Amino acid sequence: MTTVAGRAPGPSGTVGAVIRDAPIVTNSLTRRYGSITAADSIDLEVGSGEIFGLLGPNGAGKTTTIKMLITLLPPTSGTARVAGADIVREPGLVRRRIGYVPQLVSADGSLTGRENLRLSARLYHIHAASREDAIEDELAFMGLADVADRMVRTYSGGMVRRLELAQAMLHRPVVLFLDEPTVGLDPTARAAVWERVRRLRDRDETTILLTTHYMDEADELCDRIGMMHAGRLAAIGTPTELKDNIGPGATLDDVFADVGGAGLEIGGTFRDVSRTRRTAKRLG
Amino acid sequence: MDTLTITRAELIKIRHDPIEMISRATQPLLWLLVFGQVLARTRAIPTGSLPYMDYLAPGVLAQSAQFSAIFYGLAVIWERDLGLVQKLLVTPASRGSLVLGKALAGGARALVQAVIVYIAAAAIGVGVRLDPLSIAQVAVVVILGSSLFATFSLVIACLVRSRERFMGIGQLLTMPLFFASSAVYPIELMPDWLRVVANLNPLTYMVDALRALMVNGAPSPRGVGVDVAVLAIVLVVLVALGAKLYPRLAQ
Repeated sequence: MTTVAGRAPGPSGTVGAVIRDAPIVTNSLTRRYGSITAADSIDLEVGSGEIFGLLGPNGAGKTTTIKMLITLLPPTSGTARVAGADIVREPGLVRRRIGYVPQLVSADGSLTGRENLRLSARLYHIHAASREDAIEDELAFMGLADVADRMVRTYSGGMVRRLELAQAMLHRPVVLFLDEPTVGLDPTARAAVWERVRRLRDRDETTILLTTHYMDEADELCDRIGMMHAGRLAAIGTPTELKDNIGPGATLDDVFADVGGAGLEIGGTFRDVSRTRRTAKRLG
Repeated sequence: MDTLTITRAELIKIRHDPIEMISRATQPLLWLLVFGQVLARTRAIPTGSLPYMDYLAPGVLAQSAQFSAIFYGLAVIWERDLGLVQKLLVTPASRGSLVLGKALAGGARALVQAVIVYIAAAAIGVGVRLDPLSIAQVAVVVILGSSLFATFSLVIACLVRSRERFMGIGQLLTMPLFFASSAVYPIELMPDWLRVVANLNPLTYMVDALRALMVNGAPSPRGVGVDVAVLAIVLVVLVALGAKLYPRLAQ
């Protein structure tokens, strides 16, 4: 995976010149809400099989960026290609080729785990002949075979997350998007989710883009990190590169303080905070 | 295809928790057995040769379908506050099929209420038509009308996007829609301005069609064909509008 880091666009963001078949390529991707620029000229390229983390505090623009890439939010300006399709002109094609696990709890608590997977399998048009096999495989892979026929509302937070990963992977997407995958989970459940994410990448060469505001998650899980601050992508590199740039013994917190400067603790509207707490409460 | 996938998932949920739906189905019984029977004694409402209870039973069925369907928007906001809407919108399923799938599930729920109204109405001596063709036609109108109000509710949910605001607007709409229709009294009794509203109200078309199909001697003033066509056209327009607005929930 080390070669991938070399493909990062330079500070000037000359994305047009780089390899066209990368699973995620953005070009000055921008989203404004009135006078607020939630995502400001994001230039990013993520290579095949890479786990890329967008890191930053609440309100830095991570979720806005991910929502544009998964076609839930049209950009104000700029473009992006995801899994070989244009997010604005070919949203249907993008949706067929990606998987997505929202920050909020997206498994249906009033269905069993297996029924949730069947719903996803049908919506992704997995053939009836291979549907049940695909579901069994994914249940086994995620360690949920024993609880498959229990109602999801009785699952622990970590089990819900693993089920959601299974739902997002059934159709073997080219790119998997995870929005704050471990928010509200206890340390054991977090480690279990990280483990599955890594194994997914190894199994299918899936490209994974995740957002997180946990420094340890970015350090532990991601091949490369994009640090977001106030809507901008302030720094890109491997965790080691970013830390080495600051000096010996530096941590990602130090890197963040360097790119963010003062005002680091601020950020996150009331809505962000209440949403994060709601998710935490539901999973916890 | 995707539509049926969504409807199917909703029906499985009903199977897991039938109590909720059965308890909801008791509401029309109150209207029929309490409100209806008292009002019938007063003989205050002129319904021609048709006994008042025969007049009221189809109205109560339409009303209970409308009342349950209108709170469907609340469920949509709930699903948005979870992450369900976001996840559905990132699947390849078209927006229209997601909206229609949920709406049809609302229609299927209303069928259970229809069964209960039928049994209660027959028990108190209403002359309900029990031939299979009439029952099949009633089922179609119930599904059509419920889907229409469910989609109407979804459109409002997409516009207000919060539970608190939706509750306010939901209350504001359900009662007036009910009273400005032919559900409990003939339109001819209304003042002119209200008659205009009633003629624009889809519930009137649903009630008139149900009345013609459910009991003898109550032909729809416009003909059942026209009623069904109006309901179908309004449903198509609302689904199109809902498909346009549904993605707003995830932005």
